[in-house]
This record gives sequence, structure tokens and C-alpha cells, in this order.
Amino acid sequence: MFFGFLGQNIELIFFNLQKRDKTMTNIWHRVVDLYIDGFRNMTIGRTLWLIILIKLFIIFVILRVFFFPDYLRGKTEQEKQEFVALQLTERP
Amino acid sequence: MNIELIDWSRAQFALTAMYHWLFVPLTLGLGIIMSIMETIYHHNSDAFWKSTTQFWQKIFGINFAIGVATGIILEFEFGTNWSNYSWFVGDIFGAPLAIEGILAFFMEATFVAVMFFGWEKVSKRFHLTATWLTAIGATISAWWILVANSWMQHPTGMEFNPDTVRNEMMDFFAVALQPTAIVKFFHSVMSGWVVGAAVVTGISCWFLLKQRHARFAVSSMKVAAIFGLFASLTVAFTGDASGIEVAKQQPMKLAAAEGLRQGSEGAAFSIVPGIEIPKMLSILATHDSNGYVPGINDLVAEGGKRIENGRKAIAALGDYRAAKAEGNDAAAVAARKQLDEYMSDFGYGYLQRPEDLVPPIGLTYWAFRIMTGFGCYLIAFFAAVLLVLYHKKLKLQKWMYVVGFITIPISYIAGQAGWIVAEVGRQPWAIQDLLPVNAAISRLNPTNVKITFSLFLIFFTILLIAEIRILCKAVKNGPELPD
Repeated sequence: MFFGFLGQNIELIFFNLQKRDKTMTNIWHRVVDLYIDGFRNMTIGRTLWLIILIKLFIIFVILRVFFFPDYLRGKTEQEKQEFVALQLTERP
Repeated sequence: MNIELIDWSRAQFALTAMYHWLFVPLTLGLGIIMSIMETIYHHNSDAFWKSTTQFWQKIFGINFAIGVATGIILEFEFGTNWSNYSWFVGDIFGAPLAIEGILAFFMEATFVAVMFFGWEKVSKRFHLTATWLTAIGATISAWWILVANSWMQHPTGMEFNPDTVRNEMMDFFAVALQPTAIVKFFHSVMSGWVVGAAVVTGISCWFLLKQRHARFAVSSMKVAAIFGLFASLTVAFTGDASGIEVAKQQPMKLAAAEGLRQGSEGAAFSIVPGIEIPKMLSILATHDSNGYVPGINDLVAEGGKRIENGRKAIAALGDYRAAKAEGNDAAAVAARKQLDEYMSDFGYGYLQRPEDLVPPIGLTYWAFRIMTGFGCYLIAFFAAVLLVLYHKKLKLQKWMYVVGFITIPISYIAGQAGWIVAEVGRQPWAIQDLLPVNAAISRLNPTNVKITFSLFLIFFTILLIAEIRILCKAVKNGPELPD
């Protein structure tokens, strides 16, 4: 009797897990579908995405690399502390 | 420090921030307006409101796409041009910006996709939730940025650690919920709402002028005008609260914004040079008609002592670090005691003379007048639009459409002028009382800064032209309304 009860419950849990997996797959499928259909049916969005990509390229590849290096880059934490301390105590 | 380097670096930062603020207010304002419109659609299921919402969402999307990531450049500038500043405040400034990046940005980015792509894919209720969360995400994002800015105006909740040469956060809530941050949040975000309302009203006026989509235009104007009147009144009330905060924490900014040379009790408010309202400045600054408001000369006179204290604090920092390096604990303790005693005036030690404490008076004075003048105009404008729309005997006239359209740039100018008052008025400070710009700046070649300034000017202007062209095209095409 006990094993029968256990067996029924395991079956129920297994069935629910399968059901949950199916639901999860459906949710991910719907999310992917949302994006694919959304991008496919864009009108003005295509131009906007092009602008965004060009802008991000200019910001992160050109400006960041060639014009805006981190001034303290390459220094250890200790070196940064000493560098800024020297700047602040010698500047007045 | 090279004045040319400081001026060009400041100009570069100002240029980037001002361009960024062209995009942000419309995102904040239009985000809420389109959410209200979708809420109406959710309640009445009228396809007209769905189309109306979709049109304004398109305008929102164009502005969002062009404006996104323009603020990141400000963070590059912190690391390159203002490296001392970045290190000095890193622990405080990093937390709000990190929260902004992780929480708000991802929230905004996730739900914006559902909002644009999900009309036919998700339920009405879920779509409405996504629209609201997009708008709320943008607002939360603004909250953390304004918390960071408020800390620069009124540093609190931290302790300076001379070992790491950094300010370390001691009380997160003192930073995040200080009155300066709360007032600044409502004042700035509501000014964004005003811009959103002005843009919707202005574009609707254009449709009426062209005799197109009358129902759409009038319905949009009704929502925008109610929203705009509420927002512009809130801006006025929070402006009053902001005045009290500034009077307490940045009295020089207030004195410069008023062009007040000599302080007095019962100080008058200058409308324009030569026209004054007696006692009004004292009321605004202290909520007491006989309250004392210090003038520029009074604050300069106090500056000498504070410069002396600041120099003692800087010398103590040097002594402390030298004593630590030598292992002289007694000397380190003595230096630390002196540093703690004078730390509140630390930044004054970098100033050459008390007159350096005075910000550009003319620019601050006139920017304040433009901000408040246009602010009053906007309250009157939205009240008048509502009156005409709801009064049975009044009718919309052609000249009103022109006024409505002109109100769009006026709302932007008011917001920009507000930031000029806030940022130019607090010069020479990068962080109030702790670090002036001449100590915050990196030793760069001024020519490099001039080159990047020019690059930004070209880059942002191209972006702005692109936005205006795409916006104009979208507006000309108009909404796709049901038959």
C-alpha cells in the first residue's frame, strides 16, 4: 500500500515536471518568436537600429579606444592611490 | 593648473551633458503620457486609443534610439579628463551609477521590446504593464543619476579615507535619500514631463494647423495639457524647495543667481536688473520675509579663512601619508587629527584667492531668469490650453496652434537653463567644498581636449539632425487611425 502511494506520487511529480518543462519551452519559444517577428516587421526601426549600431561603434571603438583612455589605467590600486595623493597634495 | 585645459574640459562636459539632456526629458515625459493613453485604451478598448498610443510610442522610440548611450560618454570623460575626481569619489559615485546600469537599464531594455513588438503577441494587460514598466524604468534610471549629481552638490553619508585617498560610503540611505536628491529628482523629472507634454501638445497643434487628424490631435492635447499643468505646477513647488536647499548648502550659487552683491535681511528678488520685488528673495530662500540672505561679497569675505583651513587639511594629508610611509605612528595620528579638523574645507585649499569662489554671475543670473520665466509661461500655457479645450464658448484659433508649436523649443530651453543654473552656479566646485575643478582635472594636453570637443560637437549635431529628420518624417506620416 505504501509503495503504491509512493508510486502514484512520483508519477504525479514526474507528470507535473514534464508539464512544467513543456510550459517553459513554450514561454522561451514565445519570447524568441516575439523578437524574431518584431525585428522582421520593423519599418522605421531598421533605420534606428542602424543609427544605434553606428553610434555604439563610434562610442566604444573609436572614442573609447583612441580618445578616452582611462587616465589611471595600467596602475595597481596602490599606485593609483599614490598617484592621486601626489596630485592632490602637490597641486595647491 | 592650465586654465585653458580646465575651460575646454568643462566646455566638453557641458556640451555632452546638454546634448544628453535633449533626449532624456522627452523619454521621461512621453513615457508617462503614452502609458496614460494605453491605460485609456485598456479601459475602453477603443481602437482609436490604441492607434493614438502607437503613434506616440513611435515618437518615443525614435527619441529613445537616438538618445540611448549618449550618457556613457560622460563616464568616459570622468575617467580621462577628471581622473582625480573619479578616484576621489569612486566609492560614492560608483554605487548609484552601478544600480542605474544594472536595475533600471535592464528593466527598461527588457520591457521596451515587449512594448514595441508585443502588441499582437501578449495580452492587453501584459502589454500595458510593459509600457508602464518602460516608463518607470527610465524614471528609476534618472533617480540614480540625480542621486549621484546631488551628492556632488551636497556631499554627505561618507568619510574620507586618507590611506586610499577616497571618500567611502558610510550611510547608503543618507546618500540616496538626502533632501537635495529628493528635491532634485522631482524637479528634474517633472521638467522632463513638461517637455513631454509640450511636445505632444505642439505636434497636435501642427496637425490641427494642417487640418489633419482633428480628433487624434484634440484627444492627445487633452491628456498632455492635464499632465503638463500638473507637472509644471510640481516643478514650481519643487523649485521653491530647491531654493531652500540651495540657500542652506550653496549660498554662493543663490547669490550669483540673484546677482546679490551685498547680503541683507528682507532681501529683494530681482525680476530683471532694475525691477525688484521687495523681501521676495528672503521669502524664497528662508520662508521668512526678514530672513538673512548672504551676498557674494559676504561669502568672499568668509573665503579667506576657509582657504587657510583647506591648505592646512591638504598639508595634513601629505604629512599623514609621509608619516605612514616612514612608520611614524605618532606623527600619523597627529596629522590625521588635523586633517579631520579641517576636512570640511579641504577643497578651499586649492583656490588661489577668495574671489575664485565666485561663479560666472551673468550666465547664472540670466539662466535663472530664463528658467523661471519660461516655467511660469508653461504653467499659463497648459492652463490656457485646458481652458480653451473644455470651455464651450472658446474655440481653438490658428494663432494658438503656432503658439503651441513654438512651446516645444521653449520647454527644452527652460530645462537647459535649469541645468546651467545648477552646474555653472556651483563653480568652481566639482564636489561642493571638497574638490574644485582645478584639483579634479587630469593633466592632459589641451589640444587633445579641443579635438575631442570638436568631435563631439560634430557627432552630436549629426545625431540631433538625424533625430529631427526621422521625427519630422514620422509626424508627417501621422497616426494610422482606424476608419
